[in-house]
Amino acid sequence: MIPLSSYLTLGAIMFAISIAGIFINRKNVIIILMCIELMLLAVNINFIAFSYFMGDVAGQVFVFFILTVAAAEAAIGLAILVVLFRNRRTINVAELDSMKG
Amino acid sequence: MENIYLAIPLASLFGAIIAGFFGRQIGRIGAHTVTIAGVGVSFILSLVALNHIVFDGGAVYNESVYTWMVSDGLKFEVGFLIDHLTVMMMAVVTGVSLMVHVYTIGYMHDDPGYQRFFSYISLFTFSMLMLVMSNNFMQLFFGWEAVGLVSYLLIGFWYKKETAIYANLKAFLVNRVGDFGFILGIAAVVMYAGSLDYIEVFQKAEQIAGLSIVIIPGTEWSLMTVICILLFIGAMGKSAQVPLHVWLPDSMEGPTPISALIHAATMVTAGIFMVARMSPLYEWSETALSFVLVIGAITAFFMGLIGIVQNDIKRVVAYSTLSQLGYMTVALGVSAYSAAVFHLMTHAFFKALLFLAAGSVIIAMHHEQDIRKMGGLKKYMPITYWTSLIGSLALIGFPGFSGFFSKDAIIEAVHYSQIPGSGFAYLMVVLGVFVTAFYSFRMFFLVFHGKERMDEHTKEHLHETPWVVTVPLIALAIPSVVIGWLTVEYMLFGTYFADSIVVKNIHNVLGQISFTTEFGFIEHAFHGLAVYLALAGLIAAWYIYLVNPKIADLLQQKLAVVYRLLDKKYWVDEVYFAVFGNGSRKLGNSFWRIGDVGVIDGFIVNGSAKLVGWLSGVMRHIQTGILYHYAFAMILGLMGLLLFVYVK
Amino acid sequence: MSFIEIVFYVFSGVMILGALGVIISRNPVHSALSLVLTFFATSGIWLLLEAEFLAITLVLVYVGAVMVLFLFVVMMLDINVTKMREGFMRFLPVGVLIALLLAVQMVLVVGPENFGFEVEQYASPERHAADYNNTEELGKVLYTEYVYPFEIASVILLVAIVAAIALTMRRRPETKYQTPGKQIMVKKEDRLRIVKMDAEKK
Repeated sequence: MIPLSSYLTLGAIMFAISIAGIFINRKNVIIILMCIELMLLAVNINFIAFSYFMGDVAGQVFVFFILTVAAAEAAIGLAILVVLFRNRRTINVAELDSMKG
Repeated sequence: MENIYLAIPLASLFGAIIAGFFGRQIGRIGAHTVTIAGVGVSFILSLVALNHIVFDGGAVYNESVYTWMVSDGLKFEVGFLIDHLTVMMMAVVTGVSLMVHVYTIGYMHDDPGYQRFFSYISLFTFSMLMLVMSNNFMQLFFGWEAVGLVSYLLIGFWYKKETAIYANLKAFLVNRVGDFGFILGIAAVVMYAGSLDYIEVFQKAEQIAGLSIVIIPGTEWSLMTVICILLFIGAMGKSAQVPLHVWLPDSMEGPTPISALIHAATMVTAGIFMVARMSPLYEWSETALSFVLVIGAITAFFMGLIGIVQNDIKRVVAYSTLSQLGYMTVALGVSAYSAAVFHLMTHAFFKALLFLAAGSVIIAMHHEQDIRKMGGLKKYMPITYWTSLIGSLALIGFPGFSGFFSKDAIIEAVHYSQIPGSGFAYLMVVLGVFVTAFYSFRMFFLVFHGKERMDEHTKEHLHETPWVVTVPLIALAIPSVVIGWLTVEYMLFGTYFADSIVVKNIHNVLGQISFTTEFGFIEHAFHGLAVYLALAGLIAAWYIYLVNPKIADLLQQKLAVVYRLLDKKYWVDEVYFAVFGNGSRKLGNSFWRIGDVGVIDGFIVNGSAKLVGWLSGVMRHIQTGILYHYAFAMILGLMGLLLFVYVK
Repeated sequence: MSFIEIVFYVFSGVMILGALGVIISRNPVHSALSLVLTFFATSGIWLLLEAEFLAITLVLVYVGAVMVLFLFVVMMLDINVTKMREGFMRFLPVGVLIALLLAVQMVLVVGPENFGFEVEQYASPERHAADYNNTEELGKVLYTEYVYPFEIASVILLVAIVAAIALTMRRRPETKYQTPGKQIMVKKEDRLRIVKMDAEKK
């Protein structure tokens, strides 16, 4: 049997990796989006693990909603990205500084 | 009966609303018709109530008709307590008010604010009725403030006149001082009795009398004394007792009808009525009674003295009102509440009469109010002359007239009283009789007898005033003569006030008076000092101002210091102006400079703006605009949180 | 080591490797494919946790739709990969350090002493019988207790669709198109001009 702590540790490692991913790929928006997906996945693992160990299906419902929102977020994020690329010819975060005062 | 009681104040209110809001539509005649009809209905129904309670022996009515709100067990209600005291006040208020309404038709004939005036006096009648009919402190306070408001509006009725505005502001501010004490007194009652209802409070009076409170650390005060004195401070403001008397003479800036109605007959007696109503409380505090007594005695004598040197016809009457209110207060102080209320009633009639007669003179003289410019009016205005004579005789307490019974009863009551200060008060009220007679007949002789000192133009137009003016004069003159005869025995020595006024046996000075009938009074008068003093005053005035007018000037020169003291009204106004007026202005100025400009503008407003500016100057270095720095900050926060969870 | 443990560790290993692949691969296409791998492994873990419906949904929706969208975009955009990789090595130590610190901290918090079998509450998770239907259980609460959030989620998805279309749609100036309304409303005066002139002579 696998204890709950193993699942949680797995989620924690996934989360740490995605944090590191954001830090080292700080130029590429697409990778950053992917890292965010990874983070949400790590959280989802925790939810499902707790749901299983506590015998409560509500955790899975939450995962369901998180998946929904994540899908929406990915769709809009990518749409923004496409428009951004169309207008600026780049998706380099460092060059997107028109808002900086 | 409940519907009748309810209709009494509402009829007046109805008239006031119609005349006030639709004055333009209904016109002058409409305005006075509707308000007189309203007050007339109130008067008739008051007589019905009087008949029901007094003659039919109807039960005392004490019910709440409407509960406004209940907060923590404390009820705020509108309710009526109708007993002998109340029905008498209701009849007096509505009766005098009706006379004044009729009189106003003549007096305000050419005034552009005709409808407004009628609306105000009807509103006043409503407020006063609410005050006297109340069965709880909340409604009492409502009526108290409402009559104050109407008084304010009416003193400043001619709002384009500088002095009128000054006078109404002054009346309002001085009354504020009194009302502050009054509401503190009510608050103390609510705090310790836990109720606003009169009867419930009176039932707890004995219990409250046993308590004491510490106001200033180290000193213990009897709670009942504190409550009674605080309530009396309210009465001092409303009934113009020294030192809160300064507003009443100035209130003569208002039109004469309201001087008669509000500042002589009814509103200023609200304080007297209130103390009489609270007699179950006052009986428990001898200190408070002494305080009331001394204040009343000072007012009765010293305000009368000022009346001697006044030259404005209305001001003379105003100072006599002050003095008479002092008499009533003295009666309250010696626990002769029924004598106070009795004097209140007789005074209401003859003082309203005197004021209206003065108003009649003023109309005839084309709004000239200086008595030095009058004289010899007797032959031009016979009705005014005779009614004035009746009023003056009643005022000085000439045997047989209504004022005689009430004033004599007060003097005798003070004579028998044992409470501290009664000796001083006795001296004051007896001397006051002479003073009263002197100034009353000084004015009377200067106005109606002697040389005709007015200019030719005025003289040509001198004639008796129209019937709307003279009818109220006659209507008020009748009770001024007979009301004393009819009621003295029943009211003072009978059981009239048995249901509304409580007097402890040791304070029962009226019970010690041996003569109780009308004739007993008159017979006793000739053994006492007061009547001779009154006659002496009358004769002195006659001699000084009619027979040998030079003496007046001579006295004025010889007694220059005294004259100046009286003419300046003991410099009370000046002292108040210097201390409170200028003092508060300086205080306000310094608050403005230090508090407003310094602390609020400088420190709080500009200071916080500067602080935000400085802080944002620092903070903007943290706001790099680089996403990773924000993400990093979030991660740092997350780490801190995790550390906290782990360590715990 | 039981079979379940073997499955768990294998899937976990694949997951972590996939995640690392996402963040360090040079080519975004490879990153996306690594993410697909990670999702597959995750859905395996979820099956261990008896969340069959969500495991299948993850594969269908995420791998099938979202990741394909990612790949689409990555391939569609002409990205200068080398420029994107600038500073990769420079930030690597910082990123690794932070990630390590964070991982250590989180593991300390969620470690066996708090959530292990020793903790009574989590000691014996209920194993469902063979006829247990996860989809049915989820549906029961989703359409009763969580029906309003469910409705809101559907609206969010609708908004996302509309937003994505609205963002990416554009009018190309060179495209020719017709407006039927204007075509119908046109009048003779707008189009036809009658010119009076003399007949030409030969």
